[in-house]
Amino acid sequence: MMENENGSGAITRREMLAGTAIAVTALAMTKVTGLEAVPSAPTVTPVESEGVSFSVNGKAVKLEMDTRTTLLDALREHLHLTGTKKGCDHGQCGACTVLVNGRRINSCLSLALQHQDDSITTIEGIGTPENLHPMQSAFIKHDGFQCGYCTPGQICSAVAVLEEIKAGMPSHVSAELKAPVAFSNAEFRERMSGNICRCGAYSNIAEAAAEVAGVQG
Amino acid sequence: MKSFTYERAETPAQAAAAASKPGAKFLAGGTNLLDLMKLQIETPTHLIDIGRIGLDKIESMSNGGLRIGALVRNTDLAADPHVRADYGILSRALLAGASGQLRNKATTAGNLLQRTRCPYFYDTNQPCNKRSPGSGCSAIAGFSRQLAVIGGSDACIATHPSDMAVAMMALDAVIETVKPDGKTRLIPISEFYLLPGKTPHLETNLEKNELITFVVLPAPVGGTHVYHKVRDRASYAFALVSVGAILFKDGSGKIALGGVAPKPWRKPSAEKFIQSGAKGFTAKLLEGARPTNENAFKLTLVQRTIEGILTENRS
Repeated sequence: MMENENGSGAITRREMLAGTAIAVTALAMTKVTGLEAVPSAPTVTPVESEGVSFSVNGKAVKLEMDTRTTLLDALREHLHLTGTKKGCDHGQCGACTVLVNGRRINSCLSLALQHQDDSITTIEGIGTPENLHPMQSAFIKHDGFQCGYCTPGQICSAVAVLEEIKAGMPSHVSAELKAPVAFSNAEFRERMSGNICRCGAYSNIAEAAAEVAGVQG
Repeated sequence: MKSFTYERAETPAQAAAAASKPGAKFLAGGTNLLDLMKLQIETPTHLIDIGRIGLDKIESMSNGGLRIGALVRNTDLAADPHVRADYGILSRALLAGASGQLRNKATTAGNLLQRTRCPYFYDTNQPCNKRSPGSGCSAIAGFSRQLAVIGGSDACIATHPSDMAVAMMALDAVIETVKPDGKTRLIPISEFYLLPGKTPHLETNLEKNELITFVVLPAPVGGTHVYHKVRDRASYAFALVSVGAILFKDGSGKIALGGVAPKPWRKPSAEKFIQSGAKGFTAKLLEGARPTNENAFKLTLVQRTIEGILTENRS
């Protein structure tokens, strides 16, 4: 490693990173040379593409893409709607929650191709900075987030949960399967268990949703 | 994820016929399959999207039973008025599983066919006879707290993860299928799942390319319906032990277990002992259990959970 221009001899972080990058490149080159000596055919599978049309936040879109593209990647990488977040990419955290035909799903566990003619709503379609959805305003009022990464998924999910309760859909904590259901802290928390918040803003999220549902939290 | 070609089927017959393509797999909700494809545990080269083949309805049958389309979403099945009124065990089991987002996407047939969540099945750096036949089982001498106490073998102790299938087992559901040549057949759920033996990669008696079209529930049997799931978190976790029970006034019942075996566990021959109490019944139900040191607690947990359910039902 070279000495610094200031002659101190200390290695700066930038130099350290640059040096590492060179070392990695050298290693990669060695590997390629090594591979060339082995007379085996490369096992690269061709990329398969397909087209799909659906609407996002009221706008019709038509995409042609790798069949492997998830709805999440189509939204973020192809349509540049980066409000929807990639957390775990395995359906465990809920950061990627969007509404499809009004129902919430994990967009990371769905192929974009499965959504022909569907109507998709992302956080960008829930509200805008000038015209916030009541759930967005309530999240701000009640500090329903800290770092904010899970928030778009939390808000999409919370909006859908209130609709599910209104539609009378039962949950694991509903005492009676046949009786109507009403918003309660326990009902809301059970229904939101697929949205993880590592900052732990759950209490405030529940208060925000209670306000929107028109009940005391 | 490995690349694949994709087609959208329009009818069940067309889907079954398309499945003769090498490397083909049906795609329904995709919540389990896509996850496994990302990890290259599943590597289909052709996907047949069956999401729009018209099997998304619940029909009432003339005998009073229900015929549930293979693609009815878990949310819709749990909320169906007939299911809530007459098959409460099924609503309760569905609502105890997964998250709201997953239940909105996951289908009835897909739920039956979901793969184990054994951590060694998911870890592609570890041997696993289910994922890679003949490679060995890392679970038996590994972390086995979540895994099977009965029905497993020296090759595999993975558990079946479904809650819904436990209820279907107690309800004596029948699975209706179509084969690529158009022939249909009915499979009682008690004959649907295979135990691992020496071939843990074979999980059901579905033939290659056979497509589930419906799940049929017999006419309502009445009784009190209970689904009690014991897990490490209050919500959104797989069962350590779950008990699905249909209990009648005379003290008899039908009881199936989740979280303890490679398939939803039920033993009708043991059910005549329900009236004599949880201890005697559980001993018969779990006769021949081979727990590990880490999961032997499940035997006690099953008995206590059943005891709780029977006591509550008596009062």
